[in-house]
Amino acid sequence: MSAVPAPAADAPKSAHTAADYKSDYKPIWCPGCGDYSVLSSFTKAFAILDLAPERIAVVSGIGCSSRIPAYTSCYGFHGVHGRSLAAATGLKLARPDLTVVVASGDGDGYSIGGNHFLHACRRNADLTYVVMDNHVYGMTKGQPSPTTEPDWDSKLSPGGTGLRSFNPLVIALAAGANFVARAFAGDPNGTAEIIAEAIRTPGFSFVEVMSPCVTFRPEQREWKHHVRPSPVPATDDAAKAARRLMTDDGFNIGVLYKGDRPPYQPPMGKGRKTPADLERGFAI
Amino acid sequence: MTSKQGHPGRASVSVAITGSGGAGVMTAGNMLLEAAAKAGWYGLMVRSSGPQIRGGEAAALLRLATHPVDSLDDVCDVLVAVDWQNIHRFADEIPLGAASVIVGDPDQGDPPEVYLASGARYGKLAMKATAKSIPGSWPNMVALGVAAGLVGVPLEAVKGVVASSLKKSDALAASITAVEAGMKAAAEFGDGTRLAPPPAKHDGHWLLTGNQAAGFGAIRAGVRFVAAYPITPATELLEYMAPALTQVGGVLVQAEDELASINMIIGASYGGVPALTATAGPGLSLMVEALGLAVAAEVPIVVVDVMRGGPSTGIPAKSEQSDLSLALHGLHGDAPRIVLAPNSIADCVTTTQWAVHLAEQMQVPAIVLSDQFFGQARAVVERPADAPYAAKRATVGANAQGYKRYALTDTGISPMSIPGTPGVTYTADGLEHNERGIPSSGATDHRKQLAKRERKLAQGDYARHWADLEGEGEIAVITFGSSTGPVREALARAKGDGVSARLVSLRLLAPAQPERLAAALAGVKRVLVVEQNHGGQLARYLRSDFEIPGEVRSFRQPGPLPIRPAALHREIVEWSRA
Repeated sequence: MSAVPAPAADAPKSAHTAADYKSDYKPIWCPGCGDYSVLSSFTKAFAILDLAPERIAVVSGIGCSSRIPAYTSCYGFHGVHGRSLAAATGLKLARPDLTVVVASGDGDGYSIGGNHFLHACRRNADLTYVVMDNHVYGMTKGQPSPTTEPDWDSKLSPGGTGLRSFNPLVIALAAGANFVARAFAGDPNGTAEIIAEAIRTPGFSFVEVMSPCVTFRPEQREWKHHVRPSPVPATDDAAKAARRLMTDDGFNIGVLYKGDRPPYQPPMGKGRKTPADLERGFAI
Repeated sequence: MTSKQGHPGRASVSVAITGSGGAGVMTAGNMLLEAAAKAGWYGLMVRSSGPQIRGGEAAALLRLATHPVDSLDDVCDVLVAVDWQNIHRFADEIPLGAASVIVGDPDQGDPPEVYLASGARYGKLAMKATAKSIPGSWPNMVALGVAAGLVGVPLEAVKGVVASSLKKSDALAASITAVEAGMKAAAEFGDGTRLAPPPAKHDGHWLLTGNQAAGFGAIRAGVRFVAAYPITPATELLEYMAPALTQVGGVLVQAEDELASINMIIGASYGGVPALTATAGPGLSLMVEALGLAVAAEVPIVVVDVMRGGPSTGIPAKSEQSDLSLALHGLHGDAPRIVLAPNSIADCVTTTQWAVHLAEQMQVPAIVLSDQFFGQARAVVERPADAPYAAKRATVGANAQGYKRYALTDTGISPMSIPGTPGVTYTADGLEHNERGIPSSGATDHRKQLAKRERKLAQGDYARHWADLEGEGEIAVITFGSSTGPVREALARAKGDGVSARLVSLRLLAPAQPERLAAALAGVKRVLVVEQNHGGQLARYLRSDFEIPGEVRSFRQPGPLPIRPAALHREIVEWSRA
């Protein structure tokens, strides 16, 4: 397993800085996009954990947030829409020695990729899943996502979808995620700490980052006035965490649930037989 | 036993053992196949059953022979029915002739008219009462004995198989007594259905299904990661691979759906581990999106499609070669991929092994078109020759200066960087990209990367296995996959009539090899294209991507019934004389 140990109090300073994890490729995001901050939180988290860039794989699907892998100096995988968790699961199970971080958005992760989200929580492979949630499809220029408010008006759904927005954190808990946190892009250092803790925690870690879309949801600039550190520490009681999440106003920031379910990792590389041994099974 | 006097024995005998659910006809069929295999014969067995999940009528359809067989015959020579409950439903699958023998239990009623109408001889054997008179035995063991007796499989061979599958000695003794009673009764039904002796030398035969063969071939080539979703008729391939992979240090993961399974194997292969999934048509339809990703991001993967009747849910447990067009054309964009089809049960080993080799060598997805007939048939085959095909991928070492993942090399193949290797990180991307892998929508990058991905496929060493070419003459039959068996048999019979023709069984379906096919067809005046589907998918492909000389006819028959040699034989002979 690649469980990354927590640093000791007297641990030497990281040999890496955030800059070591940045590529020279310029992001395509709009000025002011929350995803710039999340990118910086990724690189800061990697520096906190002092991981070599080539030991990290950043996997994504399609959407604004999913452009992150190429902006890092790590190994990256920019796959198809909604399937990032599947690709990341295959990579992690085949290569348990790597640290695998998955970047997604609310459309990619909760709509087209919704089924994979449920089963990744349930499977509990040692992945860290960071979803940049801005309640809108940005890359396709402003359509409602599963977390969009029911009355949000758009060209595709005039007058709003009329559909209740869904609560990914509660769903993650119900489906079995081992670590659940909410972060805010406006606090890149706090988000970096949460991502670092998510990576350190074995099993499936889910970090929902509120990442404002200044172009299609400019009212989200106000989020910075509403967020607050969670008034209670993380719990290891999933029922208690779910009750808190279903009754809070969506602006409590921090680690909300941390369990100790052992990660799913089949014994890759353990068998010692050869194909010639298997062949004997067919002999008459 | 009757004497063999005056009867040289037959080269091939087909047997059906039928009964209602729980009658144990599959057990009896498998034991007969194994006993014949032990005694040195070749053969195969396919299973047919009603739509019920458990129970319901069942038929074990066997063909035993003195030579390797890869198809069912025209006529079933022996039908042993433990009972007749709903057995009329198998009438299309169990064609009887005037020389066939029916053995039925008179206490279970008379055979259905549809079977008697063939003129087959009906012999009565009270299997249930016989079993009842032998405490601890079952009617299916009497059926096994009568079938073995009619075919001429020796008692000793049957005893050996029964002994190896029954642990308790009293049950074993009772079963053997029942087998002996069946064999004794068989003597009364004549010796017209007896097999000729097996070949003197019969070392090294294998007994396996096409699904096991494909799974084994993949492991032999180096596949160590499989993710898959259960689907008929590919599930047994996965059930074979799950424990086998663990034994050789790999893993099989059950995914939440086919979208996940193919993306998982792409992730694993990106991580440097040769990876495969297996599915059937409905799953392949879902995988089309990610196949395009594997093309664009140049990640090697293998998808085994065990074809079944389509479209949509279609006919899940019956064979059809109707996914060819999907495999050849079913991706958006210009997306070169490899499509292969094994043409015998034994060849499922070699062709899947070759698919892994080609996919890894050229960093492309390879689709292997097996089918339900191959996948679920259990056959006695010659051990497939060792093939020099292993997963061997071009990779880059640490800190290579100026590394470009998608470099425009002469061959089109650019070394992959495997995660963990320092100094050569990159992002694999389904977006069009430049040589470094950075997304690009520029015309030049697009043209160059398209040409590179197309160029790669020209590097394959296809010469040895692209097709099986047999025979000569001015008529050629072009086919692929499981249609090859009946074609080969029809051509052998035509030769007996003085009609010689060529066989072209295409193993490499994409990339198309028009020059090679043109050379194989030099001098040919008539071409018959044979395939098991309704639309003539192979015939259309040959028209669009190849130059076919002379007159072309399409022989096509959809599932669920197999293409049988007689119809092809007639077609070839009549056309040759037209």
